[in-house]
Amino acid sequence: MLERLDAPLLSIEDLVVEFPGRSQVMRAVDGVSLKLHAGEIHGLVGESGAGKSTVGAAIMGLIGRPGRIAGGQIRFHGEAISGLEEAAMAALRGKKISMIFQDPLTSLNPLFTVGQQLQETIETHLGLKSAASRAHAIERLVEVGIADPETRIDHYPHQFSGGMRQRVAIALALCSKPEIIIADEPTTALDVTIQAQILKLIKDLARSNQVGIILVTHDMGVIAETTDSVTVMYQGRFVESGKTETVLGTPSHDYTKALMAAVPPSQTKLNRFPKVTYGGNRAEFHIDDLAKTWPKRTANRGKPLLQIAALTKSFASNRSLFPWRRTFFDAVSDVSFDIRDGEIFGLVGESGSGKSTIARIIAGLHKPDWGQILFDGQEIAPSNATRKAPDMRRNIQMIFQDPFSSLNPRMRISEIIAEPAKHNKVLAGAELKQRVVDLLDAIGLDASAADRYPHEFSGGQRQRISIARALATEPRLLICDEPTSALDVSIQAQILNILKDLREHLGLTMLFISHDLPVIRQMCDRVGVLKNGRLVELAETEQLFAEPRHEYTSDLLDHIPRVDGFRARTENSEGSAQSGP
Amino acid sequence: MISFVVKRLLQAVLVLLLAGLVAFSMFRFVGDPVESLLGQERTQADIERLRGQLGLDDPFPVQYYRFLERAVQGDFGLSYRQGRPVAEIIAERAPATLELAAVSGLFAIFAGITLGVFTALRRDSVLSRSVMMVSLIGVSLPTFLIGILLIYVFSVELNWLPSFGRGETVDLGGWTTGFLTVSGLKALILPAITLGLYQMTLIMRLVRAEMLEVLEQDYIRFARARGLSERAINFRHALKNTLVPVITVTGLQLGSIIAFAIITETVFQWPGVGLLFINAIQFVDIPVMAAYLMLIALMFVIINLVVDLLYFAIDPRLRAEGGRANV
Amino acid sequence: MSDIIGPESDRSSLKRIWTSDLIWSFRNAPVAICSAIVLAILVLSALFTPLIAPYNPFDPSTLNLMNGFSKPFEKNEFTGDLFWLGADDQGRDVFSTILYGLRVSLFVGFLAVLLAMAIGIVLGLIAGYAGGITDTIIMRIADVQLTFPSILIAMFIFGIAKGITPIELRDQMAIWVLILSIGLSDWVQFARVIRGATLVESNKDYVQAARIIGRSSTAIMFRHILPNVVSPILVIATISLALAIITEATLSFLGVGAPPTQPSLGTLIRIGQGFLFSGEWWILLFPAFTLLFLALSVNLLGDWLRDALNPRLR
Repeated sequence: MLERLDAPLLSIEDLVVEFPGRSQVMRAVDGVSLKLHAGEIHGLVGESGAGKSTVGAAIMGLIGRPGRIAGGQIRFHGEAISGLEEAAMAALRGKKISMIFQDPLTSLNPLFTVGQQLQETIETHLGLKSAASRAHAIERLVEVGIADPETRIDHYPHQFSGGMRQRVAIALALCSKPEIIIADEPTTALDVTIQAQILKLIKDLARSNQVGIILVTHDMGVIAETTDSVTVMYQGRFVESGKTETVLGTPSHDYTKALMAAVPPSQTKLNRFPKVTYGGNRAEFHIDDLAKTWPKRTANRGKPLLQIAALTKSFASNRSLFPWRRTFFDAVSDVSFDIRDGEIFGLVGESGSGKSTIARIIAGLHKPDWGQILFDGQEIAPSNATRKAPDMRRNIQMIFQDPFSSLNPRMRISEIIAEPAKHNKVLAGAELKQRVVDLLDAIGLDASAADRYPHEFSGGQRQRISIARALATEPRLLICDEPTSALDVSIQAQILNILKDLREHLGLTMLFISHDLPVIRQMCDRVGVLKNGRLVELAETEQLFAEPRHEYTSDLLDHIPRVDGFRARTENSEGSAQSGP
Repeated sequence: MISFVVKRLLQAVLVLLLAGLVAFSMFRFVGDPVESLLGQERTQADIERLRGQLGLDDPFPVQYYRFLERAVQGDFGLSYRQGRPVAEIIAERAPATLELAAVSGLFAIFAGITLGVFTALRRDSVLSRSVMMVSLIGVSLPTFLIGILLIYVFSVELNWLPSFGRGETVDLGGWTTGFLTVSGLKALILPAITLGLYQMTLIMRLVRAEMLEVLEQDYIRFARARGLSERAINFRHALKNTLVPVITVTGLQLGSIIAFAIITETVFQWPGVGLLFINAIQFVDIPVMAAYLMLIALMFVIINLVVDLLYFAIDPRLRAEGGRANV
Repeated sequence: MSDIIGPESDRSSLKRIWTSDLIWSFRNAPVAICSAIVLAILVLSALFTPLIAPYNPFDPSTLNLMNGFSKPFEKNEFTGDLFWLGADDQGRDVFSTILYGLRVSLFVGFLAVLLAMAIGIVLGLIAGYAGGITDTIIMRIADVQLTFPSILIAMFIFGIAKGITPIELRDQMAIWVLILSIGLSDWVQFARVIRGATLVESNKDYVQAARIIGRSSTAIMFRHILPNVVSPILVIATISLALAIITEATLSFLGVGAPPTQPSLGTLIRIGQGFLFSGEWWILLFPAFTLLFLALSVNLLGDWLRDALNPRLR
């Protein structure tokens, strides 16, 4: 496709941003170039540490101290704006170039009404007086799709839901009629259905107001669905830039290819993810070695291992002094399902759907208000007498979402991995030591890792250590609570491969919880869909994706940001210019 | 909201009852009230009679109830040392302490907030660095030492200001004030600075720390990204958010001014309630100690209530949720 | 969120702070180095007072009233004895009394902080980890106590204890009563901060993992959580030490602390105040400046430590 010939709104040439550290200067951005035209959405994509947010901050002239622009140019309408005096930049900022942040909760001042914040911005930039600016503010709220704006304008931010708050933030960014909006991960904190709405709003605004938008994100799906052109970054370095369909469809750089390959497809089921080896990521896993000593438990294959009946749990949402004013929030209501021995059972739902609560009840971290859980025919909830037996406890282990908080920072890796086996008296002494070494080997870490502390490892490595800890007691059921949602997509592929190995070689049964439907599709045999604490649909994975029966499920499926269109094109090198389903 | 206020009121009553219990226990178990009232020439009959009169033979809860009943009416009995009703002694001395506390409190709040905001906004300037350095010395200097040094410089060496007492006072129907005479005002200066300085330093450091933290928040970055003026960002957005947590601490600081007045009053021989209290401790004058405890408890409870209500006024999130937000 | 730092380096842990950041920050903070040196000198002189002090001010046989009011830095005109920092009305060497006073001040300060810390750690961990009604009860008590300034509480405890102890034991017990009253008045700070940190840690997944393993609450609190809340404890302990020293001095100054037979710096200042107007400034000012240096060096160290460890403290 042809490059646009008209003068770009914004152009960045060889931008370098440095943060002087205590021993060396850190280059957060190293030689990034891109062009943005009016009415166009330009994506800035990369994994954590790519420096993409720093580019956004550099355009705004808002790089935090002690960072500085060390080279290159940022031009707005052809005029260099990097290195402008603060006063000149301040005149541009907000008026011509505006910004939206990731978390709509923290980006609005909690002590002022939405109207006060809108009017203040309008009065600053358009010089309108109170009545006129209020009318103007209401207009902005209408524009971003807020119902009943006359009333809502006097509400405080905490009275809005997450998606609505992000709409308000967009309205605020629109107040001065800017020519460029920088959106820094604007939908990362939102559920997939809300994300789709916000992305559509951003797209519509770009077209109707002819605003140029820089969309900073880590999500290839969002890039594929929303942007016209894209710049890929890797660890501060510029990888490639161009039309979205070119970059994603026929990537020229190895990194982009690896990144695209690591994104779980939502249309097909892969046996395994291709190995992402870009950037020296070359750990070898030996789960099969572990299988040699692993107890063989094939007797039950296919029969229910975990039976959950009428599980119900509510939390107090308002602890009023007066009992009649107390309100409760039903986190889980009347959920029943079985997990068969040897299968990976998926639970999917948006935030607040109760999926993590179910995981925690099964793990014994919460007590259910009602309902029963049987493990291998023995009751483990509500009565937890059997669970207290070490023999039972070693059978259920869990992997958590955040690899940075799931390992005790003050313990050595060997202590962390050995603790479950030691405490439950599964192993001791030399045998225990050997188990730790075996487990480290299985997850692709050197034996020397045993004496080190968690902070010396990356997020992906920590998640692998977390898996090793869970395996130490030779459990039968592994609960995986969003095990990859805090990780970069290339690391995610690696972890998912390990989990697949665990099932294949060790015959582990898994409860796999995720909000990410493509990941669920790759991992699970059967899936339960949760909405507001209720199980709305339960089906074989392929059947669920092919013909969802519940309206909510198809709604979820419709809103997944997909890259599949481009992936297909990589194979066929043909395809329509328009992306998406 | 109602639930919250009721909770707070219940808590306030509980605090007062607890303070009452401590005060009453002091009466009952610390030293022998009969012994302290009767002096050396006493007979067994005298003791029996007085025990009966004072109701010391009644069960504990009855005595406690009676004590509370009288405390509510402001009756704490006679001072062991002066032999006069405690309430009368305290009423006589309260104006001195309250005037001193009011002046130092205002000084602490205004100077503290102003300097705190200044040092936060100009955090790297030489002036604000020196203010911070001096403030650390201020925190490290015990109140009594500040008082002594001020006396040494301004009274002993320079001989500008009086070193003790309230100066001349004017009696306004039971309330003696030092505000209306030159010597009264001059006598107020050193004690007020002594008393206010420490609180001012604390408020200043708190405001600075809070403001620095608020300035890092996303909504400040967003306000800046929307192109609002620095003035609006600093004094509208940042200051208001800073003040939410500052209010509690400041409220408590103001309360502790009354307590710290004990020290200042000792150094400057200021004839207030604090001086009375410290003498009471030295001579184990239990009724005065008990009355002082109840008085302070009452005051703190009121301050706490006011602080909580102020929270409601300033933070819209609380009005909706009814509870102290984790700000 | 920070995109500028890679995943390997974007969360700090205590160990790295200990091995490099803390030491690095110390080496680059001249103020902290100076305070550490001053504090070390003061603590060492307090430890070895009997060896350093030129006189024993509490041995009446060595006192000579002729030495009363000797000026600092010059020989006494009658006896020819030299007192570096002068002598008081009874001819006691001010330098020696300061050393002995420093000993008392530091002894009371350290023990009071240890007491407060012990109570605060246990109650804070329990409140933060157990939650629910236990938490409510502990924190309500803390709230009530926090409503009153610690110095006032210390005074009350001291007053009550004084009333309870027999008159003949009062002087002997005074130091211990002082430690008890300051310690009991100061635990709330520890409890609140540790509870807050414990709440944060309890919600982290490593604690959940330990629960799934089946570790007992005690083991989780003391073996898993406690090592992770050390840095706020350290900061609070330092600040509390300065506060305890100042509180002790204040109480002693007011005459409700260390007795004249075992004077602390505060007691010395109380005695010295009487000679201010008659021109014998050294009896007052030398102890006063020792106290200032002591409190200031501890505070400066605490200030630096808070910035270096940067826990969120309220």
